[in-house]
Amino acid sequence: MNSAVSFFYFLSFLTILSAVMVVVSRNPIHSVLYLILTFFTLSGHYILLNAQFLAAVNIIVYAGAIMVLFLFVIMFLNMKQDHEESKTNLTKVAATIVGGTVFVILFGAYRKTIIPSYDPQTFDSQVGMIENLGHLLFRDYLLPFELASILLLVAMVGAVMLGKREIGERHF
Amino acid sequence: MDLTEFLIKTATIFVVFVLTLVIAMYSTWAERKVAGFIQDRQGPNRAGWGGLLQPLADAGKMFFKEDFIPALANKWLFIAGPSLAMLTALLASAVIPFGSTFRFDGHEVVLQGVESNIGILYVFGVVALGVYGIMVGGWASNNKFSLLGAIRAASQNISYEVAMGLSLIAILMMSSSLSLGEIVSQQHGGNWNIFYQPLGFIIFITCSFAECNRVPFDLPECETELVGGYHTEYGSMKLGFYLFAEYINMFVSSAIISVLYFGGYNYPGMDWVYAQLIKAMGPETGHNIATLIGTAVFFGKALFFIFFYMWVRWTIPRFRYDQLMNLGWKKLIPLAIFNIIITGAAVLFLKPAITAWLN
Repeated sequence: MNSAVSFFYFLSFLTILSAVMVVVSRNPIHSVLYLILTFFTLSGHYILLNAQFLAAVNIIVYAGAIMVLFLFVIMFLNMKQDHEESKTNLTKVAATIVGGTVFVILFGAYRKTIIPSYDPQTFDSQVGMIENLGHLLFRDYLLPFELASILLLVAMVGAVMLGKREIGERHF
Repeated sequence: MDLTEFLIKTATIFVVFVLTLVIAMYSTWAERKVAGFIQDRQGPNRAGWGGLLQPLADAGKMFFKEDFIPALANKWLFIAGPSLAMLTALLASAVIPFGSTFRFDGHEVVLQGVESNIGILYVFGVVALGVYGIMVGGWASNNKFSLLGAIRAASQNISYEVAMGLSLIAILMMSSSLSLGEIVSQQHGGNWNIFYQPLGFIIFITCSFAECNRVPFDLPECETELVGGYHTEYGSMKLGFYLFAEYINMFVSSAIISVLYFGGYNYPGMDWVYAQLIKAMGPETGHNIATLIGTAVFFGKALFFIFFYMWVRWTIPRFRYDQLMNLGWKKLIPLAIFNIIITGAAVLFLKPAITAWLN
């Protein structure tokens, strides 16, 4: 087994372990920190695939911005009191059924898919580098790229509108 | 990668690591000396010549103090806070180009930990992670003041990262490369980015003050409002690590500023010096000495910006929190977007016109 493969198995083990810990930990702050660890290991996978730009952007956007906001919100929660009363048996059963169904669907879909293979002779290992990615995005996929950015802009404007103080509302 | 190359890389990374730590250590001494000078007093002058052994004495004191963890604190996260702060502070110096190359025995060694084609994105990502140390430590202390400090740090970092990223985009549009080594070598011959990007530089340096939590943006540890902010409950070396991480961040951001805007290891007349050295000492020794001069120039620039940080700290009072948010969102971000548009127009229309006119 060469080093890249053993490294892949180690990273995958870490990824799955930290993803499981996100669900298992009782403390929401621990969950968030494990989720950040999961993003790091995913970036490790991107680097193994020679997609450095994707790895860096994954860290910047998810670990650097979104998870900081998650942590920010969770720190305001009062974790002293137990919220056990909200978890009745009915919600537990419903959650188990939904989760189990998703698992079965994913498993079935995975069994049916044919994983596309690559040809080592024609495969370009530099395809994940930023220059090639930029050429691809701004030449071949220009319209989808611009549409996605307009979608994000609309979402941002909507968020600003919702967060805006209305006339006559109290300043504090 | 053969063994020699691996050993050389290991040695380079080790040297970068040690240099960062030593410079951060003596920044604490320099800060107190600068403060003393500005406030017309002596500063540390008992330990060693001019107080030069003061950082060692401080480190000794920090190590031997009682390592105290509050009873209701979350123990693991309380320890993880300062560790994360140190870790993220030290990560960023890996991609900084400290000089051009060393030649010996046919090897060409680049004075840079890792040459990566996403260099500046890496730095940006690591900077974005810097807030976790403060947030985790502040929350784990189980103290209202610490929590408020942590929350302030989080919102401040997120706000100023946006403007910082936008001011970087203008630089990237000009250099059309993300690699720090490439950005530096493009500024060869007096083509420093500061002449093309004065507005971007001002935005960038303001944001780096905010990202380092330095005065006038040190609201996370604002002692008039929050006792000690996020490190209220900390003592001994854990507090030391928090303070030390701030100085490492200062050094790293000064180095990044000199790489991005002040030409890194380039200095006026370096081609002439290089030719003279090659003529006098041969292609190997001459090249190495020219590289050393360039590295010294680089450190001179970086140290000047560390001094600038201290200068500002002892001159300007702290912002109020709403002023900080207004400056970040309502002034710096529109300015940075304006800068991007100007740069884009200049690259597209002005640059071809000037090149045509010059020829």
